[in-house]
Amino acid sequence: MRLIYSKIEQKTGEGTVGLLPEEPEDMWHIYNLIQEKDIVRARAVRRISKITEFGPTSSQRVAFDLEVAVLATDFDIGSGQLHVIGRVAEQNEHAKMGAHHTLDLELNRKFHLTKADGWDSVALQMLREACDVDRRAELWAVVLGPGTANICIITEHQTILKQHIEVPVSRKRRGGVDSHTKGMEKFFSTTLATLLRQMDLTGTSAAKLGKTLPLLLASPGFVAQSFLQHIKDEATRTTNKPLLALIPSIVVAHSSSEHIHALSDILSSPTIASKLSDTKYARETALMDQFTTLMRHDDGRAWYGPREVERAVDKGGVGRGGGVLMISNALFRAQDVDERRRWVKLVDRVRDIEGGEVRVFSSLHESGKRLEGLGNIAAILTYPIEDLDDEDGDLDEGDQEGDMII
Amino acid sequence: MPPKSGFSRTRNIDYDDDDAYDDDYYGEEEAEAETTADDKEQMRLGTIRVREALGEFEAGVGDSQIHEALWHYYYDVGKSVTYLKNQLGGVQPPRDAPAPKKEKAMSKFDQAASAAVQKAPIPAGTTPKKKRNPTANTEKLAQSVGNLTVDEPRVKSKNLNVVDEFEKSGMKRMANFVVVGHVDHGKSTLMGRLLYDLKVIDQRSIDKLRKEAENIGKSSFALAWVMDETSEERSRGITVDIATNYFQTDRTRFTILDAPGHKDFIPNMISGSSQADFPVLVIDASTNGFESGLKGQTKEHILIARSMGMQHIIVAVNKMDTIAWSKSRFDEISKRMTTFLTDASFLEKRITFIPLAGLTGENVVKKVDHPAADWYTGETLLEALERVDLPQRNLQKALRLSVADVFRGDMRSPLSISGRIESGTIQVGDVILALPANETATVKAIEIEDEPVDWAVAGQIPTLHLADIDPVHLRQGDIVCPVNAPVKLVKAFSSKLLAFEHVLPCPVEVFRSTLSSPGSVRTLSAKLNKFTGEVVKKRPRIIKPGEVARVVVVLERELPIEEGMRVVIRERGRTIGAGLMEHVA
Repeated sequence: MRLIYSKIEQKTGEGTVGLLPEEPEDMWHIYNLIQEKDIVRARAVRRISKITEFGPTSSQRVAFDLEVAVLATDFDIGSGQLHVIGRVAEQNEHAKMGAHHTLDLELNRKFHLTKADGWDSVALQMLREACDVDRRAELWAVVLGPGTANICIITEHQTILKQHIEVPVSRKRRGGVDSHTKGMEKFFSTTLATLLRQMDLTGTSAAKLGKTLPLLLASPGFVAQSFLQHIKDEATRTTNKPLLALIPSIVVAHSSSEHIHALSDILSSPTIASKLSDTKYARETALMDQFTTLMRHDDGRAWYGPREVERAVDKGGVGRGGGVLMISNALFRAQDVDERRRWVKLVDRVRDIEGGEVRVFSSLHESGKRLEGLGNIAAILTYPIEDLDDEDGDLDEGDQEGDMII
Repeated sequence: MPPKSGFSRTRNIDYDDDDAYDDDYYGEEEAEAETTADDKEQMRLGTIRVREALGEFEAGVGDSQIHEALWHYYYDVGKSVTYLKNQLGGVQPPRDAPAPKKEKAMSKFDQAASAAVQKAPIPAGTTPKKKRNPTANTEKLAQSVGNLTVDEPRVKSKNLNVVDEFEKSGMKRMANFVVVGHVDHGKSTLMGRLLYDLKVIDQRSIDKLRKEAENIGKSSFALAWVMDETSEERSRGITVDIATNYFQTDRTRFTILDAPGHKDFIPNMISGSSQADFPVLVIDASTNGFESGLKGQTKEHILIARSMGMQHIIVAVNKMDTIAWSKSRFDEISKRMTTFLTDASFLEKRITFIPLAGLTGENVVKKVDHPAADWYTGETLLEALERVDLPQRNLQKALRLSVADVFRGDMRSPLSISGRIESGTIQVGDVILALPANETATVKAIEIEDEPVDWAVAGQIPTLHLADIDPVHLRQGDIVCPVNAPVKLVKAFSSKLLAFEHVLPCPVEVFRSTLSSPGSVRTLSAKLNKFTGEVVKKRPRIIKPGEVARVVVVLERELPIEEGMRVVIRERGRTIGAGLMEHVA
């Protein structure tokens, strides 16, 4: 995303920025930036009907700049489209004040954003990240098992499931493995066809930019290897040049299951991590792993859940020397302004006063989804604090003998 | 013409024929009304001949029915008689049979019969055609219409009382066992040996496998290849999916489920274990073999088997030949495993240890004949298998079958499924409900151990050949149940969970017998006392291995899970817990 101008008051945080989204992923950033009540100014198209005494005579589409106060946003992850629903905030000849209008923000079309509540530190951080022009890592990944495959694209801030494939493959049966073999062949060819359609190797987008995104194949067992073999065979058989060119950039990895959440353990495996070492995703995954390891040790240095983490911060546990606050950006999208303020305050406090590290996880990544399970917020503390959850202590668990209830 | 959509979807034979009707349907509608003298004469003669042919059935048949049948079959007496007999055969049996399942099967039959009756008017629209082309067309049409009815999946239920039949049959004990253990501990080889020594596999097949194995330089794998049949399994030398095989002794019919030992294929192992009554744990006794297994899958397999509710376990201490039948090693392994197994709450008296050698076959079927092994005088593996007590079968409960495989059985049945009947009974002609698709199907035929049978009961692993269902509606992990006693579809449920590893709220894979689905542990509701089930701590932040807790599990989509069903929960390739479904959350 390009920052065209920024007029933000340092002290109060009030002000407006002009932005130009350039990549589909920018839509995701914008979705995270825009809050309820913010003012968005962008190109709008409205159909205007001319009304004479004899009723409406003609209608025409008029494009003009329109300013709306946001009521809601609607983001479609798959297609990367963002609709901003709002009421007209600045009257002009075509649109009355207060009339409803839905702005479709588009790529390569600039818009202006004014924060109703001022630009807080989290919003500014997001803006910085969104306008970071460094080439970001992107890769395609296929997580597959016998009969099921998930094709997804992993970008800096998103994991987007492009297609889920299920082909019935019968299992091996006594005295006849033909149907199993046939089923697997059909599954591979379906998956490959779908993958090629999704990746669009010959199409404009990738070819024009002259880049081939790496492809990661992951599965439990040998399915990924067999699939790679299938790709190679197909590429030679059909002499598909783009596909042949892709083969060197294919990485085969091991995953624990064929489900998409297995991506988190693929990306934390050393071989893959070294290839992606500096992506946000890899860092987040590593942090989540560190967190769960500490949870297992159960020494009171890892806590999750809103109340527990807030208490830990109050007690100065998330500070200099290893304190990490992990928070999902889902919390900053809160409809409730107070709710958002609560988390921004917490982030500011940890970062500026306590001196701890703050990581904002993308809720679209698997690591973010794991965090979501923990209540969207978790913290690694610098020293153990016990009993942050104010439950009565453990009741006595008598070591009785007998049959277990399970 | 009756609306097609209703049944033509399930009877694909309709498609072809309907086209033929549609072509000349409109132009000839007027002609239809006139029944010619010719027709009347034919009808009269036909009626008389049908009456004669019907014989004893004749009483229940009205003239109108005969007329209709004759009209339908173009005065083909033979076909009409069969049709009428079938129809009567279905209606006449006493309807006072109490079992609700029977009534249901009956109603399906009635439906099929009435469908056939409804169908009869359809060809009426085309009949005038034969007036114009008296010979060729009539024959062709008659044939196609005849096929239409003959091929209809009209499955006759014998309306058996399966429970009585089962008790009368005096069948041998049925035992299904799953062979578990760490990878390369010799599970498949041991089973290959067992089948070979019992002459289930003949010498010629073994010789052939041996030759093939030698060709790729893996001669020791020949016995395992009895179970490992896919090219991938053979070239890599490991089992990937469950292999099923059968053998019987004087007392018992056994089904072997040979599970893969590799950690990547634990989902298959879970699916296999869910179909078994007890596990046979294979342990490699050789130096380091046992230890690497303990670090690997041995423990996980035991915990999964236990959490499936299995009570008995046979531990086959394998590869004793490689350590010269060392008694001390056997004792050491027995001691360590006993400790572990009792911790996993197997009762000590229900654990059997047997030293054996799968590759050479000592102590598998025949007793060991080795001087170094004279210290062992106990049972062989086969004797131990015979001795295991089997769990009670739930014949009286509603039918529950978890689909382990969906495949094309053969030409006659486009769709077949197999899986263990967890409770209840099933017979040919039953109408079943497949969940979560919520589609019904008719059981056309049942096979057990590749033999056709009329019924199957809980504990058996039948193959069901189905009719009246599209393959898209069935997949592995579905539940088959009676139409009148379906399993509820559940999106989230509360479960009593025994943790094997640390459990945090996180994305997991949920296994319920043959079903595997992504999902997540949403909340840790409470930590429970292991023995009394009382709440020890509300909302714990983590559950440690060995603790029992109540957790809420959310599934990605609605799936059939019932109270009391056992679930296994895995995260990132490790089994983190197993539990009982308590109630819908």
